Amino acid sequence: MANSTTDKSKTVPLQNVSAMAVLAPAVGWLIPGAGHMIQKRWIRGGLLFLSIVALFLLGLAMQGRIYRANGGDILDILGFIGDVGAGALYILSVANDWGQGAIALATADYGTKFMIVAGLLNFIAMADAYHIAIGKKK
Amino acid sequence: MTLNHFSAALVFALFASIVFGITHRDTVREMVRYGVYCFVLFLGGVLVAGWAMWLLRR
Repeated sequence: MANSTTDKSKTVPLQNVSAMAVLAPAVGWLIPGAGHMIQKRWIRGGLLFLSIVALFLLGLAMQGRIYRANGGDILDILGFIGDVGAGALYILSVANDWGQGAIALATADYGTKFMIVAGLLNFIAMADAYHIAIGKKK
Repeated sequence: MTLNHFSAALVFALFASIVFGITHRDTVREMVRYGVYCFVLFLGGVLVAGWAMWLLRR
């Protein structure tokens, strides 16, 4: 009874957690598709890279807006969460002050959505890389 | 760069379908099938919504 609350010997085994399970999503976030590539899924990784990067760059070319970290309107916060999923692309855009968003252009709004969706798709790709790393997906 | 509504939807559908296909299925054959399915649904949705708005406008 004395050791019922202080007994630390009964730890839950960390099943299927390997370095790759941490590394793949992290690298995948930074560079879209890289989480698959480091697991030798070259074609899948390449297609993910092409799709996500193209969507993000098209959004920039359409003068879409990049959301910065903010604590204001809920839609701005959600926009930031979406954008930040693009990893290095987002960091590069913010560092260079790209994506100032021309409100006068209708297509600029499409560009904003393109970049948010690129980030969200990268989150899905990260989850997929993690599932491959832990063996849940072939 | 300016894209019209349809070409923007087309580009969006193409890239989103590729990612969905790769991430939501296990085998290559299933990935291709699901990617094409998503692409058709995206474009079908655009066309249906477009015609629906055209009808509402009249």
